[in-house]
Amino acid sequence: MARYILRRLAFLALTLVLTSLLIFVITQLLPGDVCRVILGREVGEAASQACRAELRLDDPALVRYGDWLSGFLRGDMGLSYSTDAEIGPLVAERLGNSLMLAGFTLAIAVPLATGLGALAALNEGKWLDNLISVFSLAVVGLPEFVTGIVLIELLAFRVGLPANSSIRPGTGFFEALPSLILPALTATLVLLAYIARLTRAGVLEELKQPYVRTAALKGLPRWVVILRHVLRNALAPTITVVAISFGWLISGLVVIENVFNYPGLGRLMVFAISRRDLPLLQGVAMVTVLAFALANLGADLLYAALNPRIRVGE
Amino acid sequence: MAVPLLQLKDLSVAYRSRRGALRAVRDLSLEIAKGQTYGLVGESGSGKTTLALAVLNYLGKDGYIESGQVLFEGADMAALDEAGLRALWQGGMAHVPQNPFTALNPSMRIGEQVAEAIALNSEIDAPEIETRVLDLLAQVRLPDPARVARAYPHEISGGQQQRVIIAIALGRQPSLLVLDEPTTALDVTTEAVVLDLLRELVRDRDTAALYVSHNLGVVAGLTDRVAVLYASELVEDAPTKELYRQPLHPYTRGLLDSVPRLGQRKDVKPLQGIEGQIPSLTDLPSGCLFAPRCPLAIDQCWEERPPLDHPTPDRRVRCHRWPEILAGEVDAGRDAVEPIQVEDYQPETILTVEQLDVQYPIQRSLADVLAGEPARYVQVVDQLDLRIRSRETLGVVGESGSGKSSLARALIGLVAAEGGEVELLGVQLPARLDARSTETLAHLQMVFQNPEEALNPYLTIAESLRRPLRNLRGMSYAEAQAMVPQLLESVRLPAEYARRLPGQLSGGEKQRVAIARAFATHPDLLLADEPVSALDVSVQANILNLLAELQNEHDTAMLFIAHDIAVVGYLADRIAVMYLGQLMQQGPAEIIFDPPYHPYTEALLSAVPPPDPFVKQEHIRLSGEVPSAADPPSGCPFHTRCPRFLGDICVEQEPPWRETQDGKAIYCHIPIEELQAAQSPVLRFNGEGD
Repeated sequence: MARYILRRLAFLALTLVLTSLLIFVITQLLPGDVCRVILGREVGEAASQACRAELRLDDPALVRYGDWLSGFLRGDMGLSYSTDAEIGPLVAERLGNSLMLAGFTLAIAVPLATGLGALAALNEGKWLDNLISVFSLAVVGLPEFVTGIVLIELLAFRVGLPANSSIRPGTGFFEALPSLILPALTATLVLLAYIARLTRAGVLEELKQPYVRTAALKGLPRWVVILRHVLRNALAPTITVVAISFGWLISGLVVIENVFNYPGLGRLMVFAISRRDLPLLQGVAMVTVLAFALANLGADLLYAALNPRIRVGE
Repeated sequence: MAVPLLQLKDLSVAYRSRRGALRAVRDLSLEIAKGQTYGLVGESGSGKTTLALAVLNYLGKDGYIESGQVLFEGADMAALDEAGLRALWQGGMAHVPQNPFTALNPSMRIGEQVAEAIALNSEIDAPEIETRVLDLLAQVRLPDPARVARAYPHEISGGQQQRVIIAIALGRQPSLLVLDEPTTALDVTTEAVVLDLLRELVRDRDTAALYVSHNLGVVAGLTDRVAVLYASELVEDAPTKELYRQPLHPYTRGLLDSVPRLGQRKDVKPLQGIEGQIPSLTDLPSGCLFAPRCPLAIDQCWEERPPLDHPTPDRRVRCHRWPEILAGEVDAGRDAVEPIQVEDYQPETILTVEQLDVQYPIQRSLADVLAGEPARYVQVVDQLDLRIRSRETLGVVGESGSGKSSLARALIGLVAAEGGEVELLGVQLPARLDARSTETLAHLQMVFQNPEEALNPYLTIAESLRRPLRNLRGMSYAEAQAMVPQLLESVRLPAEYARRLPGQLSGGEKQRVAIARAFATHPDLLLADEPVSALDVSVQANILNLLAELQNEHDTAMLFIAHDIAVVGYLADRIAVMYLGQLMQQGPAEIIFDPPYHPYTEALLSAVPPPDPFVKQEHIRLSGEVPSAADPPSGCPFHTRCPRFLGDICVEQEPPWRETQDGKAIYCHIPIEELQAAQSPVLRFNGEGD
């Protein structure tokens, strides 16, 4: 098992290197000039030249990549072009916020969605199944800014939950909790249909397996058969999807973060792109990829724990 | 009179389907007494599994009891609520299904799964449960119960998995065991051990059993009574010995005549299969359901459904003509199939295999490759020598893992042999398929085990048949198309099948198409890899006879591979017995059933359940599991399980080939004379010295 994890971590390092290269290449291809963005269109050629020299934009791309990589490995992500601030602490703070939101969302979404999915499967073809399917598909069809605004209407204006994040650097989890609820619920509605439908399909598939009959014919109560035998095997594919969702929750919540003014990584990345802020973009992207990869590794380990057939050695 | 343990009264069971209710069991009545073992025989589609599940009251969400009753210990099971039903499953009846691997939860340890079955109906603490689990695993004779309890299902063999299932069933001390083909997925030597175990458990505990099977041999040796099911109906029911001595229903007779006995040969006593196929449940004949396939059908049979009569107080049969059959006035045997002529084959050799090696690599991790660890292989065929003469049928028999299929795949070129020489018609055969000429491909054809997978489902039958003609015989489209009706006729299929897709054909018909395709190129050698093992027995007999006839017609030699030694003995001129990639014995087919035998052949013959309750069979059982081909035993590959193990010599030295005067060759350290003296014929028929 230890060897398996080590091997996966080695692959992870390789993935990160390739990603950084890819991002570097892509940003080279992006149209527009950083200095023009920073200084505005009206400045003269001289000021622009000075700016380019200061940011070392005229060095060969390979040299800049080498500089950046060595810095990154030493834990120094450099300075942001647009704000001149240290990138490391900024990304770390936003990552913390995103992790907090992602974790809270999954804590709501996973039990809710798997529960609904399993409930639908156990009532296959009956009204409860249809109701769950219709509801989850209806909400997944709506864009987040719509569901977000509806939730603001319902829960912010009437119940009084904060619709606008009050999170500042150093805000603790419990302090931040009220501002997490609305964005987390909005994200949950997006994930709900995916996870619920996958769970439903998984449970239906497992219910057909002969081992379920063996368990039932032992005289076990139905809930024991479901919880102990069926769910354990049915949830294995769901875990992979949860892991991918986790990656999305870390970096892809641009719309939700904007609706609720939430300071997460997604907004930071959009900021970096709009400002042609290459070092910042690099930093955010690396952290995002790392989060994705670690989530996948975690999913694979959990999958192996649930499925002894793939556990041993190979 | 005491209440029977289980009583089925006019039971009809149906499934809801898109085409309306499908009645899978109709008007069936049956009684099982305490301690009685009842056999339930029928082909696929007869309704036997449905009946077994109806007895358990576990029909799934689409199945339901349409009319009639299932009474267990006098109580109507339909009246039970969920708790009552659970109580019944916890103590009254238990189920042993066909495929043990899928019947166990893949992600739970064996011990836990067994514990669930006993912890329910008794209030005992954890250490006591553990003791009971280990005790149960020991009772079903699992070696090292503690290790098995900690294992997951995929970590133990199929035979061990089935014993675990039996342990789970026994854990509740049921008074009725419902056994649904419990040994069908197992190898014959493993099957024999599991059957012994079941026989003993049923006897010692006075447990009643409903034993569902398509295998007349298994049922003959295990049951007190047998009921025969055909297309949802009970057609005959009798004490086992009477049923086998004098079957009164033509279907029962047909089933018995379809199964080759050990030693039965095509040129002496040909098999008589049943024509046609079991009717679909949506389209049942209005008279007797068996009339369309019955050799004795008269007008009355087509018009009027026969009642279930009692020829004797102890027997029931559903046939208009049973009085004539009983009196011996008519015979339900077919108009005797002509014995299949066996011409003396010429001594010229058509295929020579020398030192053939087939290996599959074991996957290595990247780390192992970088660390320079040597590649490891599973040696599935090991230094094998074979010879087939023209027109001869060489039968290869072996259990799973013996390498028999890999041998065929290497010869046809689907896997490239690692070493050795293969010569076909005096020309060396390249190991790789793409190095073989069109002519060579035409000379060598193959029929596969599973006709469902061997035909492209999107090609019509005509398209499938044209392919070898065009690609290998260079015919034009028109020429090939003109040949199609002839090919279909040669396998007794109507010409209009040409336009059909494989999905519209039954399994037996698909296999006929596959055979027609193989013979289309007039091959010199046909490789047949388990061509009948996926088919029902009544169909199997016809396919075997067809193969033999076509072979005669085309002067084709055949390598016939099967796990069933009776089937191989029926068709082959010479037989080779394989174990772990090597030959153990070869020789003329007529004498394989007489001593001296290789100890493995002896065990194999002793394991086959004969479809005849009057046969006396030697009792030789193999212990342990087949060793892994990745790490084969030294010396004689069979030494780890050999009942006639001599000692160090078997472990250290490869045995010599010893030959008898009548042409049998045995790969064993024991001299022929000693084997001859120690062994008696495995099968003895009562009343005959034969």
